[in-house]
Amino acid sequence: MGEVIVITSGKGGVGKTTTTANLGVGLALAQKKVVLIDADIGLRNLDVVMGLENRIVYDLVDVVEGRCRVKQALIRDKRYDNLFLLPAAQTRDKNAVSPEQMKKLCEELKQEFDFVLVDCPAGIEQGFRNAIAGADRALIVTTPEVSAVRDADRIIGLLEAAEIKSFRLVINRLRPEMVKRGDMLDIDDILEILAIELIGVIPDDEKIIISTNRGEQVVTNANDSPAGKAYLNIAQRLLGETVPFLDLYQNQSFFSRLKRLIGLGG
Amino acid sequence: MNLKALLAALTGRQSSKEVAKERLRLVLVHDRASVAPEFLDKIKEEMIAVISKYMEIDESNTVVNMHHTDGTAVLEANLAVKSIKRPAHS
Repeated sequence: MGEVIVITSGKGGVGKTTTTANLGVGLALAQKKVVLIDADIGLRNLDVVMGLENRIVYDLVDVVEGRCRVKQALIRDKRYDNLFLLPAAQTRDKNAVSPEQMKKLCEELKQEFDFVLVDCPAGIEQGFRNAIAGADRALIVTTPEVSAVRDADRIIGLLEAAEIKSFRLVINRLRPEMVKRGDMLDIDDILEILAIELIGVIPDDEKIIISTNRGEQVVTNANDSPAGKAYLNIAQRLLGETVPFLDLYQNQSFFSRLKRLIGLGG
Repeated sequence: MNLKALLAALTGRQSSKEVAKERLRLVLVHDRASVAPEFLDKIKEEMIAVISKYMEIDESNTVVNMHHTDGTAVLEANLAVKSIKRPAHS
C-alpha cells in the first residue's frame, strides 16, 4: 500500500510544481513506483515541467467522470518507466472534481503505486480542498519572503483542521549570500515562526530554469546542481532515510567572502 | 557579524531581514487571532482559571480582546474582581 503526499503552499509561484516533478523523479530513481497528479485543473503545468505535454490523451476530469479508466489516462515518463503523470484538465474548472472523487482516486492509485504525489493549486479554495482530500501527509513549500511564509502559516492551519497529521516544510530558493548579509530570512527564522519540521532547503539555482526549459528535472544532475542535490536528499528523507542537511554556506570563494566582509555584498 | 551588519547595529538601523521577521511576526499574530475566534475564548478561559486561584472573578463581566495599533498587537484583558482571597500564608 502506497502513500499519498500533497505538495502545497498557499501562495502561487513558490515552486510547488517544480518540487513535485523533482521529488517524483527522485523517488523513481530509488526504484519506487510513482504517480504524479496535477490537481491544478484549468491551469495545468506539471505536464510541461515534465516534458510530457505532447502525450496527453485523457486527463483527471475524464477519469473522475468515467470517460476512461485510470490506466488509460496515465502517461509514462520518457526516461523512467516506473514514473507516471495524471494530467489536469485544461478546459474545465476546479469544481469539476469533488473531494470525495479525489479521495477515491487516491485510494485506487495507492493500491498500485508506492507514492502518489499531488501537485496542489495555489489558493485555499475548492482546488486546495480537492488536492488534500486523499493525502496521508503534506509538504508545504515556501520561499524566504514575508508573503510566502504568511501563506504557509495559513495552509498549516487548514491542514491541521483537515486532520492531516504529518506535514513538513520545504524552503525553496534560499540565497545563502543574501542570508549572510542580513537581507534574507534564514532557515531558523522561518522554522521559529512556523514551528514546523523541516524536510529540506533548496538553494536558488539557475539550473532549475535551464532544465525546466527542456522539460527535464535537476534532480537527475544532482552532482552538477545544488538544487538537484537538495531535491534528491528530500526524496531520500521521504523514504525514511536520515540524510544530513546540505551546508549551503560552503563553496564561497575567498574574494566573495572578502567582499562580504567589507560590506560590498556579493 | 560583517561590517554592514555592525554598521546597522551601531546606527540602530535594522537589516532588511530583521524588518521582514518583525513584520511577519506581527502579521501572523493578527492572522492567527482573526482566523479563530475560539482562540481568544480559550485564552480567556485559561486566564480566569489561573487568576481564580487568587481572586474571585466575575466571569460574565470579563472581556479579552486583541488590538492593533501602530503595528503593535496588544492583548487586553478586563477582569472584574468580586473578591480577593485571603493569603494562605503571611
